[in-house]
Amino acid sequence: MSVTLDDVRHIASLARLGLSEPRAEALVAELNTILQHMDVLSEVDTSTVADESITSVSGAAPLRLDAGPPIPLARSREAMAPRMQDGFFLVPRLSTHEDLEASS
Amino acid sequence: MSAGSGAHSLSSSPRYEMVVGLEVHVHLDTATKIFCRCSTDFGAPPNANTCPVCLALPGALPVLNAHAVGLAIRAALALGCAVQRTSVFARKNYFYPDLPKGYQISQFDKPLALGGQVEIGTNADGWPIAIGVTRVHMEEDAGKSIHDRFAGASAVDLNRAGVPLVEIVSEPDMRTAAQADAYLRALKQILEYAGVSDVNMEEGSLRVDANVSARLMGETALGTKTEVKNMNSFSSVVRALDVEFARQCAILDAGGRIEQQTMLWDANSGQVRPARSKEGSHDYRYFPEPDLPPLVLSAEQIDQARRELPELPKARRERYAREFAGLTEYDIDVLTARPATGEYFEQVARASGDAKAAANWMMGEVLAALKVSDQEIENFGVQSSNVAALLVMVRDGALSHSAAKQVFASMVKTGEAPARIAERDGLLKVSDDSALLGWIDAVFVECPDEAKRFVGGERRLLGVLVGHVMKKSKGSADPKRVNQLLATRLET
Amino acid sequence: MSAPRDDPSSLAGLSAADLAAAVARGDRSATQVVEGSLQRARDAGAGRDGLNILLYEDADAASRDHGTSVGVAPGPLFGVPVVVKDNIATTAMPTSCGSRILEGYVSPYDATAIVRLREAGALVIAKSNMDEFAMGSSTENSAFGPTKNPLAPDRVPGGSSGGSAAAVAAGIVRVALGSETGGSVRQPAAFCGVVGVKPTYGRVSRYGLVAFASSLDHIGVFGRTVDDAALCLQTIAGFDPMDSTSRAEPVPDYRAGARSASKGNDFRGIVVGKPKEYFPDDLDSRIREKCDAALEHMKQRGAVIRDVSLPHTGLAIEVYYIIAPAEASANLARFDGVRYGLRIEGHGLRGMYEATRSAGFGAEVTRRILLGTYVLSAGYYDAYYRKAQQVRALIARDFSAVFDSGVDLLFTPTTPTTAFPLGAKSDPYEMYLSDIFTCTANLAGVPAMSLPIGRIDGLPVGGQLIARHFGEQGLFAAAYALELALGEDALR
Ligand SMILES: [Mg+2]
Ligand SMILES: [Zn+2]
Repeated sequence: MSVTLDDVRHIASLARLGLSEPRAEALVAELNTILQHMDVLSEVDTSTVADESITSVSGAAPLRLDAGPPIPLARSREAMAPRMQDGFFLVPRLSTHEDLEASS
Repeated sequence: MSAGSGAHSLSSSPRYEMVVGLEVHVHLDTATKIFCRCSTDFGAPPNANTCPVCLALPGALPVLNAHAVGLAIRAALALGCAVQRTSVFARKNYFYPDLPKGYQISQFDKPLALGGQVEIGTNADGWPIAIGVTRVHMEEDAGKSIHDRFAGASAVDLNRAGVPLVEIVSEPDMRTAAQADAYLRALKQILEYAGVSDVNMEEGSLRVDANVSARLMGETALGTKTEVKNMNSFSSVVRALDVEFARQCAILDAGGRIEQQTMLWDANSGQVRPARSKEGSHDYRYFPEPDLPPLVLSAEQIDQARRELPELPKARRERYAREFAGLTEYDIDVLTARPATGEYFEQVARASGDAKAAANWMMGEVLAALKVSDQEIENFGVQSSNVAALLVMVRDGALSHSAAKQVFASMVKTGEAPARIAERDGLLKVSDDSALLGWIDAVFVECPDEAKRFVGGERRLLGVLVGHVMKKSKGSADPKRVNQLLATRLET
Repeated sequence: MSAPRDDPSSLAGLSAADLAAAVARGDRSATQVVEGSLQRARDAGAGRDGLNILLYEDADAASRDHGTSVGVAPGPLFGVPVVVKDNIATTAMPTSCGSRILEGYVSPYDATAIVRLREAGALVIAKSNMDEFAMGSSTENSAFGPTKNPLAPDRVPGGSSGGSAAAVAAGIVRVALGSETGGSVRQPAAFCGVVGVKPTYGRVSRYGLVAFASSLDHIGVFGRTVDDAALCLQTIAGFDPMDSTSRAEPVPDYRAGARSASKGNDFRGIVVGKPKEYFPDDLDSRIREKCDAALEHMKQRGAVIRDVSLPHTGLAIEVYYIIAPAEASANLARFDGVRYGLRIEGHGLRGMYEATRSAGFGAEVTRRILLGTYVLSAGYYDAYYRKAQQVRALIARDFSAVFDSGVDLLFTPTTPTTAFPLGAKSDPYEMYLSDIFTCTANLAGVPAMSLPIGRIDGLPVGGQLIARHFGEQGLFAAAYALELALGEDALR
């Protein structure tokens, strides 16, 4: 398997990373160099590993009571947020329904 | 691309069959969010119900709400699903301003529950029609983006971010929009009976997405489906399904191919249109959530949840048919539509000892009064014991039926006991001869002509005179005794 | 440079425990302690234009942190100054993770480890430099410039917790907090000649540790000596209801256990495994000699040295560099310019996201996000992520098998080289190999520690001890005994 420039553009888009053209081209080589080393894994016999162990953390999730109080904030949301008005976080207006299907 | 709504209705495409599967998201009725201790209350100021966890501040971690798990198990059991001893949370990755972490914690390849079904009535042969439930899984809700409040900006409110949800995925078992409607109503009813949610579509506690495809009648393979979103009522689901089906039929009729895509329902235009996406298909890059070990449930926990499951609609319908003689199937359906309606009815029926009368009053006066005041029965000002008392008064002859209606109207206004209202307003049935004779004498004075003719033998005027007396008594006179007393005036 | 345990009259010379006792007796005030530490930082040139060890200082730490312990019995770290890595959330100083995207961000909550330090009376005096988001092995990948090794300023201190390791090595503090995902405490500890401990996964709460790769991330501690590190770790260890992956196992007194075990025949009855995969043929012979000398010390004091094999060790770097970037690609999605941190406007929402993230993240972070996105994306998940998780399970099994075979501890070199010159490793993969002996313990979740075992050309060499899950007590006992046995040899 090897990564193409289109792959880099696609994953950069998924990850919302803006890349200049030269940087994208350089990354093709960088990622391929790294991924080349990963190919060794395909040779490993993992037939003895149960599918259940694919989760990365063992044990069982502890459960908490359905009760407050909420975790307090030592600083206001306004003090952290780049742009806030009337209690809302403001972001550039969505010109289309871009990604609307992604919600829920 | 637009869907010529109405141009190709269901009936004009008899060659094709609609195939529908539904994905329903339902809020679980918890006090706090699924992964943090913030309140789930609606109506707080924007972002007031947020904390490091649901704001996705650096370093914050999720901790699962036990009650959310309990309610999700209950929902799954109520839908006949097999609850899995081990289920796994996963990250569903996508960027959107109302998704603070940049991923939604959901369940993917190891969901909470598998394989249930919902009955939506019976077919022509009387066999139940069952819609399969593929899976039920837990996940967190996203926040809300508001696009029309600020110029040039979208506003993000994360109060809803992290509210617990179950997603209920059906099999593609529905063949008409009416079946989809019936499924949604049955599902809503079951979830309300199970007590997991207030299932209110207007407040967003229940949301529906539909997978729709069309295929030639008799074909068994599934056609290419589209996903229809943005429907905000059951009736819009029905309309959107018909419109999307018609759109697909038209394309197939013209020899075209259906493109797998997301369609958005526009209630104003009554049309569906493709959701625009710069990325084409989504790639959510699901992987197991490393901040949460698997959700592990013991067999005892699941059994206990099953034992504690409240009575569900089907069981209640069967019980009413057994316990309450004289109720029709229609009566039972109306009385069990919502769990609280049935509970109110049962209280009236038990306290009055007359199920049929209780059913008639419920379906007549009580539900009408609720409709007029746009109230739910939970908030009804008239206690069920007072309705029962009213029915007893009618049965015992203390109130006429028409007087009872007047008393009930006052009960709705004041919440007072019926005996007190009837007494104060003089509506108790009067069978005391001296009072009745007083009204008869008064009627004879006011209508001398009719009185004379009646006394003279014109018996057919009896009804008219009884009516006058009843009117004079404001309905409280016992008509039977009035009849008897008037008869004694006849000159034989 | 000052040696360990030198000059007991100076503040720097006092162990953390002795300093706490001195402050509790009133020999020194908390204010004097803070001033002393910050003065030593200035003397060492720890500022941004010097060794660039400390990013932020809190000169008010004495009044702020000690205010909380007034009126209660002095805690085990009463008046002990602590330096904390810049990816652990603090309300009193910024938490920027060595990144532009969080420059100036001040957390509105404290990490659990910080709360526990405060409760024990510790004074959090500064935040230390690090590789951006802990991605790196040299502390050169900081947006705020590289940290230099106090023992050899032309060399790196290791990383990613290079600042914390250097702070201890420069004598600014006796204890510091770092974090590990693949060796980021042990490797800089080795390069700087101090003790570095990575506890069992789940032993120290991650709440407030800015996530890099959640299933591999640990908070770890640095100490001037084994005793310093033990005291610090037992202060912050234990179950935390805010971290679902933290564990409830009791926290023993690591110091008491270490002291009693190291009386007399330190290693009698202890089986120390020497895994051949950590001593490859091309291992620097001088590092091999230092390790052999350390093993000889243990043997002379009663240890049984056994050659063992962890056959999947050679795959650890590959597994690590799939799983860690995959998890990172999701963990770093929250840095989107919406709720906190850097925001650069661009064309629309997507433009804002892309401008913010490309300006905010450095080259290595960008590379790993892309790598992680790629290995999780449709069509590659099974070949990379799933396969890596399977091999990870085999690596964990290697450790279980060795420990189940009667081996108590493993001993290995911490790193394949000593501290390398700044700018020496420009190829990312070559840099990744710095973690070759350390990342296995992160993948398996077992506790491990690096302690100084000698020097080569004046540069420290670290020896690594690895124990079974929750085997910290045995780890500290052995490390304490080895530290005593080596004595001044550790500085030669
Ligand atoms: Mg969903
Ligand atoms: Zn919250």
